[in-house]
Amino acid sequence: MQHEEESTLFGLMAEFETPDDLLVAAKATFAAGYRKIDGYSPLPVHGLGDAIGFPRTKLPWLVFCFGILGGICGYGLCYWVSVIDYPMNIAGKPLHSGPMFIPVTFELTILFAALSAAFGMFIANGLPQPYHPVFNVESFARASQDRFFLSIEADDPQFDLDKTRNFLNGLNPHEVAEVEN
Amino acid sequence: MNDSIYEESTALHPYLDTLQQRALIVGVLGIIATIVGYFTAHEQFFRSYLLAFTFWIGLPLGSIGILMIHHVGGGTWAFSIRRLLEAGSRTLPLMFFLSLPILFLGMHELYEWTHLEVVAHDDILLHKAPYLNESFFIIRTFFYFAVWGILAFFLNRWSLQQDKTTETYPTHRLQIISGPGIVLFFLTVTMASIDWLMSLEPHWFSTIFGVIYIVGMGLMTWGFMYLVALPLSRRKPLDWLITEQRLRDLGTFMLACVMLWAYTSFSQLLIIWSANLPEEITWFITRLEGGWQYIGYGMVLFHFAVPFLFLISSTMKSKTKLLSFLAIGLIFMRLVDLYWIIAPAFTKVPAEHGPSFHSTGITLHWLDLAIPIGIGGILISLFFSQLKKRILIAQNDPRFTDLFDSDKNHG
Repeated sequence: MQHEEESTLFGLMAEFETPDDLLVAAKATFAAGYRKIDGYSPLPVHGLGDAIGFPRTKLPWLVFCFGILGGICGYGLCYWVSVIDYPMNIAGKPLHSGPMFIPVTFELTILFAALSAAFGMFIANGLPQPYHPVFNVESFARASQDRFFLSIEADDPQFDLDKTRNFLNGLNPHEVAEVEN
Repeated sequence: MNDSIYEESTALHPYLDTLQQRALIVGVLGIIATIVGYFTAHEQFFRSYLLAFTFWIGLPLGSIGILMIHHVGGGTWAFSIRRLLEAGSRTLPLMFFLSLPILFLGMHELYEWTHLEVVAHDDILLHKAPYLNESFFIIRTFFYFAVWGILAFFLNRWSLQQDKTTETYPTHRLQIISGPGIVLFFLTVTMASIDWLMSLEPHWFSTIFGVIYIVGMGLMTWGFMYLVALPLSRRKPLDWLITEQRLRDLGTFMLACVMLWAYTSFSQLLIIWSANLPEEITWFITRLEGGWQYIGYGMVLFHFAVPFLFLISSTMKSKTKLLSFLAIGLIFMRLVDLYWIIAPAFTKVPAEHGPSFHSTGITLHWLDLAIPIGIGGILISLFFSQLKKRILIAQNDPRFTDLFDSDKNHG
């Protein structure tokens, strides 16, 4: 019975009334050694990402590489079309006219970079995600309105239902709720 | 609050005095060299002088432009360097004074269209004569300085007024003047760039030329403000306001200007290169042969590619030492860009018929460095003396309190 209950438990979630409370709590939780934690807020809370130890995104590198790739594709396309596949004399200019290729190179750089940023973001953050346990807590609906939440997952090696609950209660929350899977 | 900022600003004066004196020493040495150059290398003198003038006027004009953008757009970055920008805008009178030698001594040396015997045999110049003539040129330059002077005057006056009152009308006035001010600013600086720089080769025209010049001024001003803001960020009273984030913002503005400069400069090349019309392409032919082309390639690399690659990374942008080097490098590249615009105009192979455009080759005179150093030293010294005249954080701006309530954990 006890075992079953624990396996269906996603974690604990504390509810806060202000972004500052959330930020203070997040820092304290991270300092206490919890790592599988997450914060939820209706508005961007400056510094929250750092407070919960959220890793810095590697997305810029992906975007940079795809940008370069787009540039190579753009220039390559122009070169293949104008020099190899369909050479045409335009205003007596050389077939390989660098300046003329730059606008397409530029546009494809932007296109590849932008698309990789958009899709890379979805892959990296796992959206769209139709089901997530935190929504099982009724009051969590207010996370998109006026309440701020901090969750500690049961998978965390330090997680112990009673101790963690006591710990969260000590952070001045409005309420601490169990999150069912 | 007001009192402590006053005391902290005053406490910074010895430091600013040192900077002011050092700049003044460099400036005076440069000016001595400039005067020597005036008597020993008369022909070269005004070419180098025009370079120095069109380069350094970027600081007061860039400051005025960025101030107006700040008043229209807001943003936390601007409050941290607002008094710096205002001090920059108050260096404008010096630049007006320095424009007089061009207007009254050097015009004939610099501008082909002032030679009436040349104009008389040139249909195009004859048609341009109602605009391009000496007296109208002088009147126009006076007019530009009048417009910029009025803008700078009110931007400074109302900002000072706001320090002394908690009512918000001075800020509203600043916002009201800045919208139309930006339009006027762009029009007058564009016209000034046509007068001072483009008319060196009076047959040539490019509609994007003024934008390139204005963006360059912006780039130079961001770079300069970064270099001043960095040491101030470690001292009271600006230490809590110029944070790492806001220094990074200045880097982002440099990135924006680098990209915009590259975009507009390349557009100018592409449009003229693809049309290949004789009256337009000759300007580039002069500048892409005889060694000038290496300066052109150098700019692609060091005015765009290298700073671009460093500035797109936010990790790199947080490295203040690296960004200082970049700022210095970019300011220097502004001088190189203007050199590439001005100097080749005087290296043309004379042609028997029609306008000449082939270049005799690259030139560099010691005055091309001496005069910019001289004027720069004086101007920067004036900048620091102006910076001391006011407390370093603008007070009572209603937007300021909204933005900084959370990080005012300051003694």
